[in-house]
Amino acid sequence: MKTASPPQSTAPSAAPQPPSPSQGGTKGAVEGTATWALSDRIGLAICWALGLLFCAIAVAIVVYLFIKGISYLDISMLTTPASAGFSQAESGGFSDALIGTLIVAVLAISIALPTGVATAIWLVEYGRPAALARITESTIEAIAGIPSIVLALFGTVIFSSTALGFLSRSSEGVVFGRSFFAASAMLSLVALPLIVASTREGLNAIPRHVREASYAVGKTKAATVRRILLPSSRPQVATGAMLGLGRIIGDTAIIIVLLGATQNFAPVEEAPFPLDYLRGAGTTLTNFVYEASPTGNLNQPEKAYAAAFVLLLMVLVLNGAVDIVHRRARKVGTWSH
Amino acid sequence: MNEEYQPEYGPKWSDQRVERMLGALVCGVVGLLLAMIVTVFVRAWPSFSHNGLAWFGPGGNVDDQLNAIFLSGQAGTEYIYTFHAWPLIWSTILITGGAVLIALFSALFVAVFIVEFAPEWMSNILQPVVRFLASVPSVIYGLLGVLVLVPFIGNHLVTEGQKASVAGVISLSGYSLVAAVVVLTTMIAPLMVSIFTDGLRAVKPGWLEGSLALGVNRWRTTWKIGVRSARPAIVAGTVLATARAIGEAVMLAMISGSVGFAPNPADGLIFIYEPSRPLAPTIVKNIDQLSSPPANATLFAIAAVLLFSAALFSLTGYVARRSMRKYGTA
Repeated sequence: MKTASPPQSTAPSAAPQPPSPSQGGTKGAVEGTATWALSDRIGLAICWALGLLFCAIAVAIVVYLFIKGISYLDISMLTTPASAGFSQAESGGFSDALIGTLIVAVLAISIALPTGVATAIWLVEYGRPAALARITESTIEAIAGIPSIVLALFGTVIFSSTALGFLSRSSEGVVFGRSFFAASAMLSLVALPLIVASTREGLNAIPRHVREASYAVGKTKAATVRRILLPSSRPQVATGAMLGLGRIIGDTAIIIVLLGATQNFAPVEEAPFPLDYLRGAGTTLTNFVYEASPTGNLNQPEKAYAAAFVLLLMVLVLNGAVDIVHRRARKVGTWSH
Repeated sequence: MNEEYQPEYGPKWSDQRVERMLGALVCGVVGLLLAMIVTVFVRAWPSFSHNGLAWFGPGGNVDDQLNAIFLSGQAGTEYIYTFHAWPLIWSTILITGGAVLIALFSALFVAVFIVEFAPEWMSNILQPVVRFLASVPSVIYGLLGVLVLVPFIGNHLVTEGQKASVAGVISLSGYSLVAAVVVLTTMIAPLMVSIFTDGLRAVKPGWLEGSLALGVNRWRTTWKIGVRSARPAIVAGTVLATARAIGEAVMLAMISGSVGFAPNPADGLIFIYEPSRPLAPTIVKNIDQLSSPPANATLFAIAAVLLFSAALFSLTGYVARRSMRKYGTA
């Protein structure tokens, strides 16, 4: 999580990447604990216990969901849509939810990424007038703190207005307000702060002299951003995008409110092919898990486990990708050398 | 950059124009937030104005009130707005407060452990673990809570005697404060750990070395020098995690019990097994009532309270992190 983006220090020796654990603090100073007071040793024991507890919780979640997921997951669930039925064997799978998650992810990130990167560029490279820059910074912080259920309620107001009726289903002047467009637009706000923070970190890590060199050969500021700054902060942009994606596919409240309570696609009839699905209501994996859990309307815990397992796999893949990008960026090296 | 020479951009991408375009976009984002705040409060106004400060107070059964509000909008008769949200607010305070306290304690120890005391291999394991725990979707936490933790509490921790003692008032089935607090702690502690470790890493090594040179052992050096100079990061992390906890809706809708009931600590320890429902899950549970105007206003009033408190917390965190910059410890 990059919620706290530490401001980069300007010292030339400071590496822009977060320091590796071996650099931090006093580690390496060899000192046994034998001379410590008893209270200090108890404290250290608490540290170990809590650290191991964190690992145990993570392992328990992964192992438990893997066991449950593999025993309940049937390949046919990934290819058949949900249907009405009396038992868990009759009610189909969750292919619509899986595709819905992908649609929402693509739509939301394609709104959030350009907006977030542009906001970060403006904040770091332009940022005038200074008052507007400060307001923008606190706006982004505020958006990061707004509960997604509040965003969802706001979305019902926007997308039920007749002016935006073309984004969802409407009949006789009443706009339904639930569609992939509506959900994705609100979900992009969830991802926006992460992308802005990460991109700013990348831009801030590029030293001044790089920009000055570009201006010296006659490039405009816009061309410098486009040709020099954005390409070299690509790893941070990618990290932000993937963290944002993780939040998008994990969010449930916005989906429940703005995408609809169905478990199938509900395309609108009058629109041409891709638009009819995007304007219609639908479902995602998170919504399916919520509805299939004992507190939801479907109450099919076995399928909830299977869908949660697929969702967890997606999150794990995204986490792995963030790690790879980080490691590669460190290998390529930084500006400070 | 090892790119081929590209001709310079034409006047279409002139500096002034790009700056204005980006500035307009940024203004749009700011405007959207303002529009959101205004909209939520305008929509919420009927509920607040009918109830006054009694909105926040106790009185009557919240679930009955919500139902009456909804039905009055359906029937087309005079709208009813009477709503006393205290049980929901109290549940939010108990669950959020409990989770933040436990998470603060454990996250602080884990962060100190990762930065100072864990052997290399251990911190190499712990860091991905923390990142993973922070990225698990809340609905998965909710599912595990409802299928594993809740039955465990209902079947093994709550005794029959306890169930019988409150049988006339509320049923203890495992959907409880303690389940909500445990799962919420697991969700917000990793967030705190990642901000705390950033803060602890940024402490100037010279300060720590100075303390070590005076013969203070590593444990006390870390707590007296490291943790104290990372205080802004600790405040920021705690406050941001609180904002997240207040806004958590789906997970709590699944395991908090969904009863508008205010557990009373004066009843003894049994109150931690009692169900309740915080503010945010109330919106999720009643979302299909949006079509009824008075229910709509009531739900937006709840959202306004959430928006206000969450924005307050996250702005506090922002200010705290700005002060980190001033002290140079970040």
